[in-house]
Amino acid sequence: MEVGLFIPCYVEQLSPEVGLATARLLEVAGCTVHYDPQQTCCGQPFLNMGATASGAKLARRHLQLFERYETVVCPSGSCTATVRHRYPELGVGEEPAGRALRARTFELSEFLVNQLSRSHFGSEFPHRVALLQSCHGLRDLGLGSGSEQVHGRRSSPAEELLLAVRGLTFVPTARDECCGFGGTFAVKFPEVSARMGRARLREWAEAGAEYVTGTDVSCLLHLDGLRRKEGFGPEPIHLAELLATGDVA
Amino acid sequence: MTQALELAARRTLPDEGAVTRHDGAVFDLRRRRDLAAAEVPDWEALRERAAALKTHTLDHLDTYLERFEARATEAGAVVHWAEDAADLRRIATELLRAHKVERVAKSKSMLTEECGLNAHLESQGIHVVDTDLGERIVQLQGEPPSHIIVPAIHRSRAEIGALFHERMGTPRGETDPEKLTRAARRDLRSRFLSAQAGITGVNFAVAETGSIVVCTNEGNADLGMSIPRLHVACMGLEKLVPRMEDLPVFLRLLARSATGQPITAYTSVVTGPREGAELHIIVVDNGRSALLADPGHRSALGCIRCGACLNTCPVYRRAGGHAYEGPIPGPIGAVLAPALHPAGAALPHASSLCGSCTAVCPVRIDLHDQLLAWRRELPRPRGEALLGWLAALVLRSPSLYRLAGRLGRLSWPILGVRFPGNPAASWLRGRKLPRHPGASFASRWARRGQGTGP
Repeated sequence: MEVGLFIPCYVEQLSPEVGLATARLLEVAGCTVHYDPQQTCCGQPFLNMGATASGAKLARRHLQLFERYETVVCPSGSCTATVRHRYPELGVGEEPAGRALRARTFELSEFLVNQLSRSHFGSEFPHRVALLQSCHGLRDLGLGSGSEQVHGRRSSPAEELLLAVRGLTFVPTARDECCGFGGTFAVKFPEVSARMGRARLREWAEAGAEYVTGTDVSCLLHLDGLRRKEGFGPEPIHLAELLATGDVA
Repeated sequence: MTQALELAARRTLPDEGAVTRHDGAVFDLRRRRDLAAAEVPDWEALRERAAALKTHTLDHLDTYLERFEARATEAGAVVHWAEDAADLRRIATELLRAHKVERVAKSKSMLTEECGLNAHLESQGIHVVDTDLGERIVQLQGEPPSHIIVPAIHRSRAEIGALFHERMGTPRGETDPEKLTRAARRDLRSRFLSAQAGITGVNFAVAETGSIVVCTNEGNADLGMSIPRLHVACMGLEKLVPRMEDLPVFLRLLARSATGQPITAYTSVVTGPREGAELHIIVVDNGRSALLADPGHRSALGCIRCGACLNTCPVYRRAGGHAYEGPIPGPIGAVLAPALHPAGAALPHASSLCGSCTAVCPVRIDLHDQLLAWRRELPRPRGEALLGWLAALVLRSPSLYRLAGRLGRLSWPILGVRFPGNPAASWLRGRKLPRHPGASFASRWARRGQGTGP
């Protein structure tokens, strides 16, 4: 399968390893991976700030760039959710071609598990690992069910992938709430954001997690910043990097 | 730029201990709600039904309001219409004065908080006693409620014990909830008996019968309605349900969503005044009809004030209700603020948009979508707009984008240090910068040598 890599701006600039690990996994899964260096940002920060005009320009640009790909895969739930579900709020992507492209844009874990039906990659990560279910993946894309969803719960592709990793001990926690990143929220409300993140770090630390993994680099960078300041809590590692171990390394 | 809620949160919950205690107390209500919702197999269908009923009612609100007025009047109640907060205060004051009332027993009503009724009545020489235990605590403390269901949830047992010691003479150091409650009960009992009027809120109003429905867990509203000869009920004009048979849909959802109880301990349906007494119902607009006329935002009027969105909201739990600086905190408060409480117009930004509020709302209000919609519509601060425009310009040009990334990585060592004007200053409050990323993905990809490209 021909796959266009959709690299979020913060992966491009701050976490290149996550992009490389994503490509590696897709290739191991039998895909041919393309990367267009003309891509920049899907427009999510502008959408969240309410800056509709700027957001719409970036959204249109994104759709034009990715139109030629059979499938688009992104190592981020929130960027994928922006393209798949939020573009219409910017007045973009409602025409048939736009709809079709949005529908064939996938977050990495859902693409591997739900589209390719593959959760075993021979990865090896002999550690105690907690999972941060980033909110937009969880509730906008339906990658699992939030804990408040008491009926009709569904499993999360990230969890399925983790359970297949050799040596990995999955560390479940009672809470699954937002880590406090929220894009511009983390900058506009830094103390409230940090309080939310520290609470998550404490819960994982108490449960004995050595690592926390997730589908979104942005949340993990926020948690990493808190952890480095506070000196406690599990080390964040993106799901793609965690999976690019063992036979995939 | 630092937002009002952020600054207020640092004051109202000043340390991690206070934050953790508040979070735990509030999240306990969320947990109870989960258990209660899980017990109802058709929970999602019930939410769907409630949402449909609310939509229908709001779509035909004029008809239902007229019907309600006619039926309530037939039943012997007097219906008054208040256009805004001042109107409600005026009508209530006139009614109480006409009955020579000096002492009022009042049960919990978020509407009267919204309209500043207590302070106004006190200024007119009419003494108001809040009879809901939590409301009584915040009244004695001289502060507004911080939660719409549990008004004093921000106060610890020790604080409440100290307050009761000072104001009700309980033994110093007494913090046992049962003993404190008993003391409050004794203190309130005489006030109930001497009250000359009862003021209550209204949880639901039934158009078909002209009834009002008041739900409490303490029975305090029932005493306030049945001892004095004058009952003044204050309701927002959105509180209607069409028929009596629609009521159970909401009663089942309300208590389960609020506290995890199957139903509130006291649920009273009042149709007309009792023998020898008067019932006055003040129907308040105060910005609601403007909201009703706005199809993009009218869904917020469906709110039944259960508090579930507050309890699940990680921002509310870490900021505290007072940080919202308005009558209603939490997600629904932030959604209503731009329409009903202009001072809180920046509140729609006080959310990470996690969406848990939308997932718990018993009437399925699209809360986090509403927050986003308000962000699009409200004017943006000039500095932020300029910065955003500049960022979008850079992001539309791959070469500028690469240049900006390179400059950012070059200045990494400086960005990690606190200095005036550091663009990363906000990030560094509570956090450090991540590890230096090394190089961009594009250059790593090119070096990887497998770039097949389009």
